[in-house]
Amino acid sequence: MDLSVDLGGLCLKNPVMSASGTFGYGLEFSSFGDLKELGAIVVKGLSLKPKKGNPVPRIAETPCGMLNAIGLQNIGIENFLKDKLPFLPWKETPVVVNLYAQSVPEFGVLAGILSDEPGIAALEVNISCPNVREGGVQFGQNAKAAAAVVSEAKRKCGVKPLIIKLSPNVTDIRSIALAVQGAGADMISLINTLGGMAVDVYTRKPRLANVFGGLSGPAIKPVALKMVYEVCSEVDIPVIGLGGISSAEDVLEFILVGAHAVQVGTANFLRPDFIFDLIRELPQAMSRTGIASLEELRGGLETVEPSPVCA
Amino acid sequence: MNRFKDGGQVDKNTLSNKPECSSLKVLGTAYAGSGDFVHLYLEPPLWEFSPGQFVMLRPESWGLDPLWPRPFSICEKTAEYMRIFIQVVGRGTRLLSLCDPGSTINVTGPLGRGFRVPEGPLLILAGGMGIAPFLGLCKNHPYPQKISMLFGHRLALKHYPFEESPGEMHKESMHQVSEDDLKTFAQVLGERIRDFAPKGEILACGPMPFLKVVQKYALACKASVQISVETRMACGVGACLGCVVKTNEEEMVQSCLYGPVFAADKIVL
Ligand SMILES: Cc1cc2nc3c(=O)[nH]c(=O)nc-3n(C[C@H](O)[C@H](O)[C@H](O)COP(=O)(O)OP(=O)(O)OC[C@H]3O[C@@H](n4cnc5c(N)ncnc54)[C@H](O)[C@@H]3O)c2cc1C
Ligand SMILES: Cc1cc2nc3c(=O)[nH]c(=O)nc-3n(C[C@H](O)[C@H](O)[C@H](O)COP(=O)(O)O)c2cc1C
Ligand code: FES
Repeated sequence: MDLSVDLGGLCLKNPVMSASGTFGYGLEFSSFGDLKELGAIVVKGLSLKPKKGNPVPRIAETPCGMLNAIGLQNIGIENFLKDKLPFLPWKETPVVVNLYAQSVPEFGVLAGILSDEPGIAALEVNISCPNVREGGVQFGQNAKAAAAVVSEAKRKCGVKPLIIKLSPNVTDIRSIALAVQGAGADMISLINTLGGMAVDVYTRKPRLANVFGGLSGPAIKPVALKMVYEVCSEVDIPVIGLGGISSAEDVLEFILVGAHAVQVGTANFLRPDFIFDLIRELPQAMSRTGIASLEELRGGLETVEPSPVCA
Repeated sequence: MNRFKDGGQVDKNTLSNKPECSSLKVLGTAYAGSGDFVHLYLEPPLWEFSPGQFVMLRPESWGLDPLWPRPFSICEKTAEYMRIFIQVVGRGTRLLSLCDPGSTINVTGPLGRGFRVPEGPLLILAGGMGIAPFLGLCKNHPYPQKISMLFGHRLALKHYPFEESPGEMHKESMHQVSEDDLKTFAQVLGERIRDFAPKGEILACGPMPFLKVVQKYALACKASVQISVETRMACGVGACLGCVVKTNEEEMVQSCLYGPVFAADKIVL
């Protein structure tokens, strides 16, 4: 059984990465499984300076999903490199840093800091966070702004592969995907959370202090699958699919619509050993679908018509 | 036993008993006074814990909905069982209260930091379900006569395992029905904290308004008080940053990792 994937400059022993913000800095999960078994570890979004995040309540459960408005609380890039990275098994498992900044030059500075950091395998640029006032999704909703971030990060990140994480909160995801590909992105990951809210009719209050949050979990999988399919049909660079993955079959569904690799997010909250079990189950799921390598399945969706995108 | 740095900020360097995930069978349930208060008995896990630490429970039958596991104090653990004391307040607790014997629950624990229990006299302040983490502590304490407990409750006493703790303890319960009862209870809390402050350690667990009163008097009397907070949790292991509380240094720390028990003078409620 061949689980390995080559993302062009980033080779993984299996296609399953953790999704940013749902796996802490990785170390939180080391009691529950061997971090070396992951395809890659993607850590919480990091900014130049530590960030305190939003007021509580920051999370709310919804049917088969959840809303979050964490507001990118993080310890800052320098503290991560000093206090967390040395304890991660970066020699055996690629560590990917997810980045957040408020301006184009700041993305460049972050990329520069990481450009010659041996423990970092790739950069994932988050232009899609819905939970912060500045930066975040404002770059992800406009093709020009997205391209500007990518060019700047690409200029500063040296040889590190650059993943751009897209927001689903747009009218045409394909145009954004093409723009970031054109600006030099090495890979695309999608989707980030969908904008949403929840209210309590008895207290007449929003369930999140921030009022709005990002929806994630199994509830969003159909949306994610469609967007990943659309983007895969449009771009030539490898695509990392995510959104609601909660089983080995789900992983294969994203591969079937064209993704090279996947990330597991909210499902990590079901049980902290979840991702390790999912990876262990992947070979069985592959044999059930009759494949011996992911290559055999990738992009193999059989549609009757060249699929119409509107519905 | 001491997992806190003396003085200084919230201790972020040490973690006690390493948590693990296990699938545990439900041995049985026992209702207390109504279907809304249930003692859930599970096969005992292999790990040890300190009182105040908690578990995340997720019955296997939940599939993908409810999504999150639910956090509960470990009420008591013996060679035969682990006991969780649950009040039904929503969908998850309702489903847990209806678990069939023989069904399997995914249990992650022991999580967080429990109470530091020094050898000297103890004053336990419990409000409602806040009694849960103290039952095992009291039953296993070598000198129960050194423990005083003040228990405030809004529903009838029959729902809570108050009588079950050792008779040698100095126990007092107060029922709050009216606003006036709540005021009187707050007053008594203040008096007990003031009188006990020079003698020993105070441990408190209960709803937020109760903890606020306890904290107010703790700070006023410079008493050594540990409080256990309840926050909304998704992951339980420090990863999602949903459960944070604010420290005096304006830092947001995960209560699932650095709590749920904190020194009363270290966090902002
Ligand atoms: C460390 C810790 C220890 C706890 N120990 C116990 C215990 O020993 N016994 C017990 O009965 N309960 C305990 N709780 C509270 C228990 O976790 C919640 O009552 C439960 O998660 C509610 O789930 P639900 O699906 O029934 O309610 P939901 O439908 O999710 O919500 C119903 C109500 O409960 C509140 N709520 C939801 N989740 C939490 C939460 N994690 N903490 C506090 N309130 C919440 C909601 O705001 C809402 O008002 C503890 C909580 C924590 C954080
Ligand atoms: C609590 C939480 C925090 C998150 N933080 C980040 C983050 O810091 N950076 C980022 O790019 N995405 C973040 N995300 C989005 C996830 O990485 C992922 O894109 C999204 O949740 C969809 O995948 P899922 O349904 O598998 O969770 C966060 C999601 C959650 C639930
Ligand atoms: S519950 Fe996720 S960080 Fe505490």
